[in-house]
Amino acid sequence: MRKDTPLERLYNGIIKENPTFVMMLGMCPTLAVTTSAKNGIGMGLATMVILTASNLMISLLRKIIPDGVRMPAYIVVVASFVTIVEFLMEGFIPALYSALGIYIPLIVVNCIILGRAEAYAGKHGPIPSLFDGIGMGLGFTVGLTLIGMFRELIGAGTLFGIQVMPSAYEPVNIFIMAPGAFLVLAMLVAVQNRIKRQKSEKTGKPAVPAEETGCMACANKAYCQAVKGKEEAK
Amino acid sequence: MKELILIAIGAALVNNVVLSQFLGICAFLGVSKKMDTAAGMGGAVIFVLTISSFVTSLIYKFILAPAELDYLKTIVFILVIAALVQLVEMFLKKTIPSLYRALGVYLPLITTNCAVLGVALINVQKDYTILQGTVYGLATAIGFTIAMVLMAGLREKMEYNDIPESFKGMPIVLLTAMLMSMAFMGFSGMI
Repeated sequence: MRKDTPLERLYNGIIKENPTFVMMLGMCPTLAVTTSAKNGIGMGLATMVILTASNLMISLLRKIIPDGVRMPAYIVVVASFVTIVEFLMEGFIPALYSALGIYIPLIVVNCIILGRAEAYAGKHGPIPSLFDGIGMGLGFTVGLTLIGMFRELIGAGTLFGIQVMPSAYEPVNIFIMAPGAFLVLAMLVAVQNRIKRQKSEKTGKPAVPAEETGCMACANKAYCQAVKGKEEAK
Repeated sequence: MKELILIAIGAALVNNVVLSQFLGICAFLGVSKKMDTAAGMGGAVIFVLTISSFVTSLIYKFILAPAELDYLKTIVFILVIAALVQLVEMFLKKTIPSLYRALGVYLPLITTNCAVLGVALINVQKDYTILQGTVYGLATAIGFTIAMVLMAGLREKMEYNDIPESFKGMPIVLLTAMLMSMAFMGFSGMI
């Protein structure tokens, strides 16, 4: 597939660099709001709208924003879109708004959004950046919805609020509480590590652990590596 | 006074910021490998979170609320926090170099730590006074440090254990976090 075409960007976001399953980005909302499939899809779509709008805006402004203050400028752009989406959700879908609560304004510090601004939108034209936002946003939505469905099915016996398990099924409540989030994510990363290991045995290339791939797209990469360097020096 | 103690216990133990609210997960997973770096990060978070929750409640109470600019709070808070972290960094570098050497590397990481913005927003949401907000911020940061240091201690011990190949690294850390989170749920009987 040719690079930077709209289709390639969508494929890249949903499958190849899926933010939840492959890149392990935006872990705070992934863990916090996936107590039900509905919350997961709501959070995913809200993030997608903000990511698409901010990618487009940052790409259009990329030649105007001076390099030295690009981070604060990106944050202001993202925070404005977050505020807009927050008001729209409060006005039109109040039930979802109160279910997601504090995690909607916290989309500002979601590393997917700043990460994409830094890694892609700040360097590419508006059309690929727009589709990069849609692709990554859809990938995130798919990830959150799948995790939400899994947790809701086991933890409450329902899917999107509809009873699907037979009534004899005793829901495992822990799955929709805080520890369940950590457990589901741990299993997910273990599966990912296993797939990567099998791949590396086939090709002979060393496997990259999950936390390393996540670091690549994070806006804080440089500081994290400075801390790691300090650790290793000791 | 009783109310403040309840807020503090609630924030530090019962609704632990990392283990039950999932704020600041990146830092919790990223820099909890060694005990001293975990303690350093915890110290920096205590420092910044206390100051930032004081400053943001001050700004909200005296500027945003009277001027009815409530809708600007997300943008204002994130910019104030970013500027504050820079100021704290410069101030420490000049005045207390020994503390700067201990905490310096961690300070920039804190700007995008969602716990800091989260606390500022929760203070507004729960309608805390400036004193209550500051206590809430301090207690949240202490809760963060407790979780961080406990995790670092466990991870240092875990290096000697025989872990299944696929669970090495992140998965075993998340499983440990799950067990810690279950243990912290036991505190919910306290309030």
